[in-house]
Amino acid sequence: MNRFVLADCTTVDAALSQLKDGAVVKAGGVDLLDRMKDGIEEPPKLVNIRNVAELRGIRETPQGLTLGPLATLAEISEHPSIRAHYQILSDACGHAATPHIRNMATVGGNLLQRVQCWYYRSAEFTCIRKGKDLCFAFDGLNQYHAIMEYDGCPSVAPSSAAVALLGLGASVDLTSAKRGKRTVGIREFYVVPDANPTKFTVIEPDELLTAIVIPRPAPGTRSAYQKYGEKESFDWAIADAGVVLEMDGNICRRAVITMGAASPVVRRAAQAEAALAGKPITEETARAAGRLSIEGAQPLSKNAYKLDLFPVAVYRTVLFAAGLRDRDPSAAG
Amino acid sequence: MPGSALPPSSQDSPAETARPGISRRGFLKGAGITAASTALIEGVQSLRAETGTAAPPGVTELGPGPVPVHLHVNHAEHILNIEPRTTLAEALRIELGLTGSKIVCDRGVCSGCTVWLDKMPVNSCMTLAVDAVGHHVTTIEGLAPEGGVHPVQAAFVRHDAMQCGFCTPGMVMSCAALLEHNPHPTEHDVRQAVSGNLCRCGTYPKVFSATLDAAGERRA
Repeated sequence: MNRFVLADCTTVDAALSQLKDGAVVKAGGVDLLDRMKDGIEEPPKLVNIRNVAELRGIRETPQGLTLGPLATLAEISEHPSIRAHYQILSDACGHAATPHIRNMATVGGNLLQRVQCWYYRSAEFTCIRKGKDLCFAFDGLNQYHAIMEYDGCPSVAPSSAAVALLGLGASVDLTSAKRGKRTVGIREFYVVPDANPTKFTVIEPDELLTAIVIPRPAPGTRSAYQKYGEKESFDWAIADAGVVLEMDGNICRRAVITMGAASPVVRRAAQAEAALAGKPITEETARAAGRLSIEGAQPLSKNAYKLDLFPVAVYRTVLFAAGLRDRDPSAAG
Repeated sequence: MPGSALPPSSQDSPAETARPGISRRGFLKGAGITAASTALIEGVQSLRAETGTAAPPGVTELGPGPVPVHLHVNHAEHILNIEPRTTLAEALRIELGLTGSKIVCDRGVCSGCTVWLDKMPVNSCMTLAVDAVGHHVTTIEGLAPEGGVHPVQAAFVRHDAMQCGFCTPGMVMSCAALLEHNPHPTEHDVRQAVSGNLCRCGTYPKVFSATLDAAGERRA
């Protein structure tokens, strides 16, 4: 890990004043220290926002929920109101990484973590994500990579919180000293590699993620998230699914189905959603949604197994969200 | 497994225990300022003395060279002269000689480096030492009162809950933290609590039974 100046900040304004000349933000530090230890980033200055009190906390508002970006994954997963009304979010945050990492890792950092492609994470490989017109995964080891929407780079969206927040229709506030605050939806927050391979999110170097805003779910909403992995804990998903169902009796008025480890940025499975809208949630409709979740998928040389995994992940998570099935004991975390 | 590059530690001013007569914490509480920022301010003041630079309000600049950092570890105050990039695991092991916490993966994967920050189990390898300022750090060396054995440690011995022993300090810290927060855990709770602790010998069943036994001992 390179040497750096640590600028410890106590206010948002102080932190914003430091975001220049290659300085990067550090909150929990989990993913940033990972990248620095791997030698793929050597920032001259870390702007420490861990002690910025105004970026902490989980606030319930008449409009919904506002998460301070410093809220830890553990705090979110254990929050009684989030468990009761935003189960998809408590599931996603409560099954990321390990208990110890969840105690340090913040939700803002989880959203901003970089892709976990082993070529990107290795200083030995200068790939398209690091500014060279080259991808090692297409012809190399790609068993954990994308099965759809992967023009340019097949690394997959790593953030489980993003899978939940996309399902909930959340947005993030981005604040800069010069341009003030702007609000961006979770899907728009992420930049697809085809548009700009070296830019992972729309956040600018002088911007700070200052809030995550989640609208109040419609009455009768039920939700769930499940992650499947090679290991029971720590590891990132090889397939994960978020499901939000707006129920009217046993009829699903509206469904949102989100997937993380299928594509370079979190995606909604529109055809799977359409298969549930206006119908009761049953074994049959849930299976149809699962099948449709991978429409258009084109697996790489070593990840065709995801074509079997995602339909099951979506099907079981739809039934879990609807209360027709318990949490899948074979799910990870 | 790539080894991490450990920062060169300053040998000019080895770790020293603060004089017991100075009540730093009492002063900090009265001043309404976090111990973290005060220690950092002390750090930056020494830096400014060297460079003559001034940071804007609300910002305290540290490093990149060694700065004095005040850590509260196992009921004692320490002043370490370390670079900001020093992880808590490195500070504990190299500066303070507390080698019970193991650096194995150095990435938060294995939890062999588990310590408590105010009784919350964390990976000390993924925590900067400066982020521990203002918190009570507890390591395996300070878990039990001096000369004593913590109930979880005693139960680990009774249940033979170790083989090679390398994961054991982290495992014990995770299980003891669980009992701090949940005195009557189920086996599922124990499994969850150690789900980040890798044991390559596969001693988990004994870890579960030892921790449940320790909880029973506490109930009695």
